[in-house]
Amino acid sequence: MILSIAAIAILVTISLALARAFLGPTLYDRILAVNMVGTKTVLLIAVFAVLSGRTDMIDVALMYALINFIGVVAVLKLVEQGNFFTSGEDDQAK
Amino acid sequence: MIILDILSWLFIVAGALLGIAGGIGVHRFPDFYSRLHAVGTTDTLCAAMFLIGLSMQTGVSIASLKLLLIFIFLFFSSPTATHALANAALLGGLKPELDEEYHGHCFDRHPD
Repeated sequence: MILSIAAIAILVTISLALARAFLGPTLYDRILAVNMVGTKTVLLIAVFAVLSGRTDMIDVALMYALINFIGVVAVLKLVEQGNFFTSGEDDQAK
Repeated sequence: MIILDILSWLFIVAGALLGIAGGIGVHRFPDFYSRLHAVGTTDTLCAAMFLIGLSMQTGVSIASLKLLLIFIFLFFSSPTATHALANAALLGGLKPELDEEYHGHCFDRHPD
């Protein structure tokens, strides 16, 4: 019961963050909203795992938290530098 | 165990309210940096409340240990992501709209 309410609240938060990701005036607003969606997805997976009784699903939430953080940092590096700090033949060609 | 149930309900309801407050704050605040405040402040506490409430539901088991691991990771990674986002926006030249000092000036990291 309470877990269903929690899942609905998380879904409402995710939809608000998605609206900001679509509306966002700057690029950083969109990255912020995507970061928020990722964090709330971790919580949604954890709530679903406890709600359905299959607690093995919590591993998925843990892995999603790791991937979400690395993804946000990688996107920030890409936006900041314009490339992924590649040093190879592409840089020498420029 | 009814006390534990009620306590976990309180934690989960607090987490849900904080999450929705963050979602509303993302729309109500006028500036990117103030939106960052709305998300970054509520996100960490919301995740903490949810995970503490869920681990009260599961009891002492391997599941609550995994929930504790998620909590520890989010406790460190969420402020780090927020800081990296603010730093990237500042380096990218996004001006804080609410700060009057920066109006009409070119943004300079070293004002001396």
